Amino acid sequence: MKNSRIILAIILGVISQAVLAQTPKGSVLIQNATVLTVTNGNLEDTDVLVEDGIIKRIGQDLNAPNGVEVIDATGKFLMPGIIDAHSHQGLDVVNEASAPITSEVQMKDVVNPTSIGLYRALAGGVTVSHAMHGSANVIGGQNATLKHRWGTMNPEDIIMKDAPRTIKFALGENPTRVHGRGNGIQPRTRMGVEAVIRNGFNEALQYKKEWEEFNSNSGSSTNPPKYNERLQTLADILDGKIIIHCHSYRADEIYMLINVARDFGIDKLVFQHTNEGFKVAPEIAEYTMGASVFADWWAYKFEVYYSTAYNAAILSRNGAVTSINSDSGELIRHLYHEAAKTQRYGGLTDEEALALITINPARQLGIDDKIGSIEEGKHGDLVIFNEHPLSVYAIPQMTFVDGIKYFDINEDEDDQRLSVSPTEMVEPIYLTEENHRCMQGTIRFYGESLFQHSH
Amino acid sequence: MKKINNLLFAFLLAWMPFMASAQIDGEFIKPRTGTFLLKNATVMTVTNGTLENASVLIKDGMIAGVGTNLPEDGAEVIDLSGMYIYPGLIDGGTSLGAVEVSSVAETVDNREIGNVTPNMEILTTINPNSVAIPVTRVSGVTTVLSKPVGGLFPGTAALINLNGYTPDQMYAGFRGVVMDFPSSARRGRFDRRSDEDIEKAKDEAVKEANEIWDNAVAFNEMSSNGAEMQYYPEMEQLAKVVAKELPLMIEVNAASDILNAIEWVKDKDIDVIFMGCDEGWRVAEELAESGIPVIAGPVQDLPTRSSDRYDAAYANPGKMMKAGVKVAIRTNEVENVRNLPFHAAYAAAYGMGKEEALKAVTIVAAEIFGVDDKYGSIEEGKMANLLVSTGDPFETSSDIMHVFIEGYRIPLSNRHIRLYQEFLERDPGLNK
Repeated sequence: MKNSRIILAIILGVISQAVLAQTPKGSVLIQNATVLTVTNGNLEDTDVLVEDGIIKRIGQDLNAPNGVEVIDATGKFLMPGIIDAHSHQGLDVVNEASAPITSEVQMKDVVNPTSIGLYRALAGGVTVSHAMHGSANVIGGQNATLKHRWGTMNPEDIIMKDAPRTIKFALGENPTRVHGRGNGIQPRTRMGVEAVIRNGFNEALQYKKEWEEFNSNSGSSTNPPKYNERLQTLADILDGKIIIHCHSYRADEIYMLINVARDFGIDKLVFQHTNEGFKVAPEIAEYTMGASVFADWWAYKFEVYYSTAYNAAILSRNGAVTSINSDSGELIRHLYHEAAKTQRYGGLTDEEALALITINPARQLGIDDKIGSIEEGKHGDLVIFNEHPLSVYAIPQMTFVDGIKYFDINEDEDDQRLSVSPTEMVEPIYLTEENHRCMQGTIRFYGESLFQHSH
Repeated sequence: MKKINNLLFAFLLAWMPFMASAQIDGEFIKPRTGTFLLKNATVMTVTNGTLENASVLIKDGMIAGVGTNLPEDGAEVIDLSGMYIYPGLIDGGTSLGAVEVSSVAETVDNREIGNVTPNMEILTTINPNSVAIPVTRVSGVTTVLSKPVGGLFPGTAALINLNGYTPDQMYAGFRGVVMDFPSSARRGRFDRRSDEDIEKAKDEAVKEANEIWDNAVAFNEMSSNGAEMQYYPEMEQLAKVVAKELPLMIEVNAASDILNAIEWVKDKDIDVIFMGCDEGWRVAEELAESGIPVIAGPVQDLPTRSSDRYDAAYANPGKMMKAGVKVAIRTNEVENVRNLPFHAAYAAAYGMGKEEALKAVTIVAAEIFGVDDKYGSIEEGKMANLLVSTGDPFETSSDIMHVFIEGYRIPLSNRHIRLYQEFLERDPGLNK
């Protein structure tokens, strides 16, 4: 009797664990909104029904199935959840700055779902972010794509598992400062940066060949080659299994990596920051998956002195897939406003501007079949705005991920923290929040004042 | 918002390098003065309401007339049908002109060595040819406070117009001695001092500030009594604050620090302006009661505490204003002072309202700097600092069509725009 109770408890425990481990998905009917689909124009006075996390129907006078919450969005604007292709929110650590190549490192190992930056991003309509390794190394760690399912303590719950693998590369001032000037090893120049990448890929080719030879004589008595996670990851890049997201600024270094990628047959390549991307826009459009840029940041370091706020417009008009990202705990809260700046700087249309923060970053992350637009069959990641999201006065009202509401301006509490450090007797006050974190973990190479702008 | 049909779009695309944005203006390359009649516009005077179908006459650098029936009188006539005239925007706190590239130390001139250096004049290091200046003014920002940073008394800030070939030509009639009030807050997450160390450092800094202040009072008393003083430029500058020749501009942000700063200046008969006040909303009543004006911002900023509502910084100017504080707005930027209208718009959307937010970057800022007889509104007799836009200049979908600074018509071009013109349709393109 006693034993059977214990067994029952164990079974129940296992079942509840299994249920809890599933991604939470919700249902909701949003009525009478101006729906900005991004891919199929704007639909006035339209309803969107999400069932079990998926957009089931878009139309007029839809009925809510039993028990499904109905939200009246009359006079409001509904757009796809905003996607940030370059973020460091929700990460405990950013840089493994110990070698020029650290492709074995995984950002999914340092995901912190209680980071308040994720909630602030939701309050800015951002439902998905690309949590990246920093820019200290030429080939950095593998990134994690996060879904902002606020409220969980389990890192697994916010990792978007069906997103493709991506990896961080970095060119220019950051890796040459950290390794060349900081540690006295290659690379100290942009020539060295290219050499590090080519050396890495060539070594990976040899490694791959050793394994292929071993596998082709299976049954023979030779010992297998020694497993090497770093080289295996580079081999996976060569096999097209991983999308490169490369921190870059100057046109010459962008062009260099395009040539390297073409030499090694790599076409899954996205440039990040890309301040001088406008100078090589035809090449970026022809040979890569595009560029993810700031709306207007420039002049915080020398390699971004010759920038232009018209960068996103030039890239877009040249046919490059273009997105606007934050790389900042501050900017991530108003990416819709950052996208709107392309109307002043280059006169992009509403659709073009909204694509910069929705379908285009989804393409660059390899998840455009799932998110990035309001279409039947896509995830129920949605934001309701009080005004058109490209208006400077627009304020996000509600944010949904997989049909579940994680932000509601009317239910927002002052203190939204999920965990409070017991060692903090008095909560610290930060005059300048450290919100630009590409170089976090490499502070010894910076003066304090420089740390504020260290992308 | 912007909607363009395909045909028009194709046409625009073809002409993009020349006309897609109103910020591109190849007509003239240097600012030029003259007599200008801006006709048929909606004039947002800020101080006297909105005038429909009105004109503004610019002559000798001044606004010579505002009304509906102004004579052309040989003026260069600019027809502004469907457009809006606003006063030039004023940023209450930047380091524009003093820093070129913030990570290149050789170009950073706003941060001198030393804790007490009030005699460091930012005006002397303003570079009239900073690339960021033309980048800024095409957004309609005509006037900024540029300030030093660093120690307890890092130097003396100055208000400048964004046109001129020497700092003196740019000077807009206001200077103030900056004080970075001893703080109990952390400068950032890299600031790993213990709570006790921070408190101790703050107390020591207050003690030092008090001693310095006592010296400045004594210096002023002796020198005004005709005593022959030793050369002591730091004290000479602080004595000007004691004598109310210059105001004291106090950078202070954490709530408890603001209260301490109010207490610190209470019994001192000096002119005081607070800057920053990130947590001003927490002590808005006390701030209002003190009567001290505040230059708030940046508005597009994170909350100071993890437990704060996500929009604490957006809502801060509005909350202080509603409590009765006189509030201007700053970006605290260098290269992106051009975002001032967007900071003001965020303050507007999150509680301040559009009208008050516009005042915060025009007439209220001018009042705080004591230059409201010359700047901050469209009124006859004021300097001709104004912008012309296709709509609300805070909206990114509006284009700024003209900018005038002290009567000079400013070319709406800069390096960002020239790069756009060159690279939108690069030649050769992909293949040579």
